[in-house]
Parts: sequence; structure tokens; C-alpha cells
Amino acid sequence: MSETHAEHTAWSESATPDTGEADRFTAPPAAVTPADAADAARLVAFGLQPKLLPARDAEYAGLLRRYREETAFARLADAVATGLGLVVLEVSTRAGMAVTAGEDSVFAVRMGDYARRTAADSADRFLHGLAHLAVAAMSFPRPEDLADDGYIGRITVNGVDAFVREACRRLEERAEELGENTDPATGTPGLEAAWRIYARRSATGATKDARRLAGSTTGIVGKAVAFLTDSGFLQRTGDDAGGAYRTTARYQLQVRDMAGTAAMAELLELGVVPVTDGTATLVMPSDPEDLELAADAGLPFHS
Amino acid sequence: MTSPASTASTEFVPPQLSAAPRPALGPAADEGLARRLRALACTAPLHDLDVRKANLAGEYTVYAMAEVALAAIDLVTLNMDFDTGADHDQIIARLLPRVAAQAPRRPAAEHERVARWVLENLINVGSVDRGFRAVYGTFGPDGAYIRRDYDFKLVEEVPGHGGTVYLRTTDEAVNVLVGALDTDVTSAQIAAEVKLEVLINRGRLADAQLAAEQARYRTVQYAETLRRTLEATRRNVRAVDWLNAVPDMIDEALDHIADRYRHENAILTNIRKARDEAETGFDPKTAEHKRRAAELVDIVKDCIRRHTQLQSRLLEAGPLFRAEQDRQAFAAPTSTVGLDLYGQLVAPVLPLPVEKARRVTDAFFAHGTGLRTPVSVRLGDLVDILLTPPAEREHLGAEMPEPDLIATPDDSRFSEEQLASAMELLDLEHDAPRRLSGLLAEARRRDPELPYLVALLSIHAASPPVGTAYRQGEQRLLFAVDDGTELDDPEFGGADLIVGTALLDTVSMAAGRTEAV
Repeated sequence: MSETHAEHTAWSESATPDTGEADRFTAPPAAVTPADAADAARLVAFGLQPKLLPARDAEYAGLLRRYREETAFARLADAVATGLGLVVLEVSTRAGMAVTAGEDSVFAVRMGDYARRTAADSADRFLHGLAHLAVAAMSFPRPEDLADDGYIGRITVNGVDAFVREACRRLEERAEELGENTDPATGTPGLEAAWRIYARRSATGATKDARRLAGSTTGIVGKAVAFLTDSGFLQRTGDDAGGAYRTTARYQLQVRDMAGTAAMAELLELGVVPVTDGTATLVMPSDPEDLELAADAGLPFHS
Repeated sequence: MTSPASTASTEFVPPQLSAAPRPALGPAADEGLARRLRALACTAPLHDLDVRKANLAGEYTVYAMAEVALAAIDLVTLNMDFDTGADHDQIIARLLPRVAAQAPRRPAAEHERVARWVLENLINVGSVDRGFRAVYGTFGPDGAYIRRDYDFKLVEEVPGHGGTVYLRTTDEAVNVLVGALDTDVTSAQIAAEVKLEVLINRGRLADAQLAAEQARYRTVQYAETLRRTLEATRRNVRAVDWLNAVPDMIDEALDHIADRYRHENAILTNIRKARDEAETGFDPKTAEHKRRAAELVDIVKDCIRRHTQLQSRLLEAGPLFRAEQDRQAFAAPTSTVGLDLYGQLVAPVLPLPVEKARRVTDAFFAHGTGLRTPVSVRLGDLVDILLTPPAEREHLGAEMPEPDLIATPDDSRFSEEQLASAMELLDLEHDAPRRLSGLLAEARRRDPELPYLVALLSIHAASPPVGTAYRQGEQRLLFAVDDGTELDDPEFGGADLIVGTALLDTVSMAAGRTEAV
């Protein structure tokens, strides 16, 4: 748990210079010319085009260099971003000017705009949110992957769907072992366990025009990855298994610094305290009596 | 022509249950009742087909819909391959002979409509979930009577390669079909095998066929479990218990295959004999026996083919695990520890009630989707857009976008010098093998990172590439043997391997190769 707190403070540290910027910006009127302000705003505008790579645009790369070399210019650009309601995640040559929408910003994405059915149907709303969470979890399966800046995750649409279904199946098995009756009481849909919503939605379905059935789980995951691709978070690499994608540096930053912490805070508020010690979380309890298997556990077939 | 959405009967709870005074049953009895109610509910869609056929436009009462449905479930189950499921049209095509036999005078188009109607109703195309729901009641621990929803599917649609959609039967359907409700897989299998042997001795072919088919279902189930395990391994080696659970599962599956091989070869020999012996007679009864024996031979051959397929998959599992372990476990550890997205978010969220879980997923969505620049419309642009004629498609299609290439960083864990140093260390005299512990200690003196490389190379030497060495005419080959001694080392655990070099007889190997050519 301690590291999430550490991450949270680390994030707010990087954000505080932006908020504390206003008084500094007004107090000593350093030699900021309108041309500087225009350049700073131009850099932020580049940041608003998430699919644009600094390596592809000489002007963008030049402004990034200036951001890193001139402190005054960097503060000016940060201030522009903050004023627009943006949060600066990282400014580097690999991720560019990585900005994201702050809460209530005009740039923020709203669930209602994202998928229309979600306004009326709370199950659909959950499924769309879960799809995004699952794509992130599948992109960065181990904590090390999320922390390692050089890591590139690879996912497929069907893979994400199968992954969530597997998790649901485990929960179902566990409930069965405990002898719980998970069927919800009629008329109280909000109390149904979340995994059941996913498990009973069909994975796919035939449609008249050979497109993915929008309400199926692969349809929902497919929508999420398409949206993330538009956000410059994923890049399509092929058509295998419903569409194959790889992650970008921006996505890692977004998940690590924004989404993960926010969702974690919400979960803690619900009173759920997930504890892990950094080991794999799906591991089944190993039987201490069978430890002599270790010698050939890795070589089960060479007899 | 299809059909109301909610096929499952909502009037499911028998009236006498709620009308009678509350029966003084323990929770266990009530649970057993609930289980049986659910099992019963799985058959409801089939009965429902025969009830609703009267409502269809046209005279369809002549068709036995439940029979067609059971045949469809059978076909889908048998066609469930390792990766995908059964093809829609293929199932329809195979159902047609049965449907046609029920009403031979009717047109072929009508037969196809019936087959499609049955299949669509098994999927329950009309509902959002494409499934069925039955309502049943239980008594809670406090004695309150609660009605519950039971959601289930019989045939479901799964994505296949290239965006195609395949059919699969669910566990519920398989259970209803095989009739092995609420039984242990392993014990049911043993029982089936014993039954089979007795049946062969008495020459009862029909039952033998049934038992062979049941064994085939088990093989399909093992294949499915294995596929899921391998997928999880690709994500995170440590997520799968390769110490106990998977080797046990693989052993069990290999035992199953070995057993089936013995049984099925016995069947093949016996049945072929029966078939050939039956050839002498001419009475219709013998001819019938002969035909059924031939049918059984086909089924058993298919069983053997499937077992072979499963076996080759099982043999690939070990190398895949080792490759993934090399990739994941032998990489340099990162200094910071990140958030465990699965363990700390997905796993705790899924068991929550959906009302609460939604708050977490909403928060993730709000902060994880990035930004969208708002679109503002200018009337002038709108006019331009509306008046622009549609662009003519180029004959060759759209211009290919320039691919985004990124240089892959050199993430090699070990440098060339380290490799050279390790190879030098492992360049042992052929008559003087050494213990791994000694090698590790020596490596540690040279370079603190070197023991990892030496350990990795030694583990690979436990399965030396003999075939490659033979083909390439190598003179020496590094090998490692486990004699049961435990490794005592601060960084590594496992067996203290004996690492040595084997001299290969290059002259006779070359001779062997030329002979083989």
C-alpha cells in the first residue's frame, strides 16, 4: 500500500509547480515576450495531438528541447497547460508533451458521449469501464511492466476478453466451492456481483453486416481499444484475434500516474484494501508437501 | 419466423412449493433442490421448442424440435476444435438429413428453415445476453423465501480467426447432454473405462460407442484447460502454478491419453475382428452389426486423432514455459515497483456488487481515456462539406500510411564479455564434470551478475540440443544431470546439477548422416 501513497504524492509534487505557478508568473515579470507565450501555447497544442510523434516533427522536437533547457519557458508552458485545464504528465522526447485532461476540463471524455446506452443501463456503463481497466491490466500484466519505462505491452481484443472471462470463471469456481448461491434476488440488479454481468454477456454474435456485435463483450473491448488508439495510447499492429495492438509511452504514463491512482483511491473509499506483496496475484497456493517436484517441474516431459 | 426473446419459462417455481407451509429443510437439502432446479431449467429451452412450434406460421408440428436441438448440441460439441468452435453453416448442413428424414415430403427450403430456427433458438438470438433465464426460489438462512434469477446459455458464439464467429456448447449443455450432472470428472472417466472393457467382451457395440464418445468429451475438456493455462503463462509465468497444479494436470492428461490409447487400440483390434468375421454371413442382423462396427471404427479413429493432437500440445507446453520463464524471470529487476493492475484493481473489483464496482471503473475510465479536443462546427465549413462531391476511389486503394518504426532498445541482460567469461567457465574437461554450486561460486568471484548467466546456461544444458549437435557435427556438448543433491546457494534454489562436457564421436556421426541421406 505504501507505494501507492508514494506514487500519489509524487504525482502531486509534479502537479504543484503548475498550480503554484500563477503567483510566480505575475510577481516577477520576467522577460516573457508574446512570442514566448505563443511558442509555449504551440507546444501545448502539439501535446493536444497525441498521435503526433516528436521524432516526426522538427518544430515539435525544437520546442521540446527548449522546454528542457529553459526553465522559464518550461514554467510558461506548464502554466498554459494548467490554464487550459490540462495536467502535464511528462515532457520528454519519447512521449512528447504528454498532457491529459483534468477533471471537469473541456477536454475530458465523458461516459455519456463515449457510449450512448451507458446513460440508461448501469450494466453497460460498468462493462465499458471494465473494458478499459482490463485493457490496461492486460497491457501491463506485471507491476514491473508498468514501472519499466522501456516496456511495450502487446494485446489483442480477443485476448483481453478471454482474460476477463478467465478471471470471472475463477470467481465462479470459488463461489461454487464455498457453496454460495450467486444468483441475485429478482428485482435488485444493482446487487448482482460484477463478474456475473461480464460472464453472462455473450462474447460475440453474428450480425447482418459481419461487424462486431456492439453489445457483446468483444464489441465493448473493441470499442475501448479503438478509442485508445485515437487517443494515441495504442498502435494497431495487426488483425489477429480481433485486432492486435501495442502500447505507447503515453498510455503507460496515463495508466500509472492518473487512472491507476484514481481507481485505487475510489476502491479504498469503498473500504476494499487490496494487499499484495509484489508476487503474481493469480498464483494458486502451493502445497508445501510436494516441493520435491521442483527439480523437474520445469522439465516435465523429458523422460 | 423466430421467436419470443425470453424462452425460459418464468412460471418455473412449482406452485405447491410456495403454497405449502414452509418445509423444515436444512440448507443443504435446499441447495440440492436448487441445483436440481437449475439442471431442470437447462432442459426447458428444448421442451419449449416443441411447445412453440405450433405458433409458427405454417404446419411444423410434424418436426420433433427437441430431437433436432439435441442433435445440434451434439454436433457442436463434437466439432469444438482446439482453438475454435463449430461453424454455423456446417452445423446447419449436418442437421439437414435428420430434419429431412422427419418430413421427407416437405421442400428442402423448409427443412433448412427448421434447422436454422432450432439453432437460433438454442443461441437465443432475440435477447441481449443471448442466453436464457429461469427463476427459482430458495429459503435463505433466516427462513425468508427468495426468488433468484438463473442465467445460462446452451450454445454460445465465440470469435474465431479473421473475425469469423464460431459456435461452442457451454458446460451446462455438455452436462445436460452427457448426463453426468454434478459428478467428478476423474471418477466418471474411470467408471466409463471399466464399463467399456465389459462392453467389448460382451460385444455390445452401441454402448461401446457411447463410452468412446464420452472419452472424447474428456479429451476436449483437457485440451480446453491446457489452452487457458498456456495463455496465462504467456502473460505472467508466476500467475500459473507450474510447480504443482500444471504438471499434475499434464500428468493426468497424459495418463488419460495413455489409457485411452490402450483401450482404443483394444477396441480397434476387437471391432475390426468383429467386422471381418461378420463378413461371412448374409442375414440382415449380421449386416447391421457390421455397419455399426464400421461406424465405431470411424469414431475410435477420430478419438485417437484427437488424443494425438492433445498429446502434441502437451509436449509443447514445457518448452513454452521455459521460453517464457527466460523472458520474464531472467530480466533485470526494475528498481521501482508499480501498481499491480490485476491484483490491486481488477481482482478486487470483480466480486463487488455492480453498483459499487461501477464507481471504480468510472474513475478509471474518467482518468484513463486521455483527452478529446472538442469539435466546433462552422457553418461555412458545413456548406463546403455538404457540397463536395464524394471522392472517387482510386483503383489501387488508399495510400499506405507510413509505418511507425521505433528502434527496439538493446535490452540484453548480459554483455558479450560476460557471455565469453561464462563460456570459458563452462568449458570443462570431458572427464572432469563439476557441480553447479562450485561453478556459481567461481562465477560470483569474477562478477556478481555472472552466476545468473551460468545458472541459465546450466539449466539449458539439462536438456542438451543433441539433435542439433548431431546434425552440425559438433565435437563437444555441454550437459547437466540432476542426481538429487539439493543446491545450497544464497541466490538460487533447486537441484545441484552436475555439469559436464560430453565428447561426441564425429566420425561415426558423419558416417551415420551419409547413410541416412
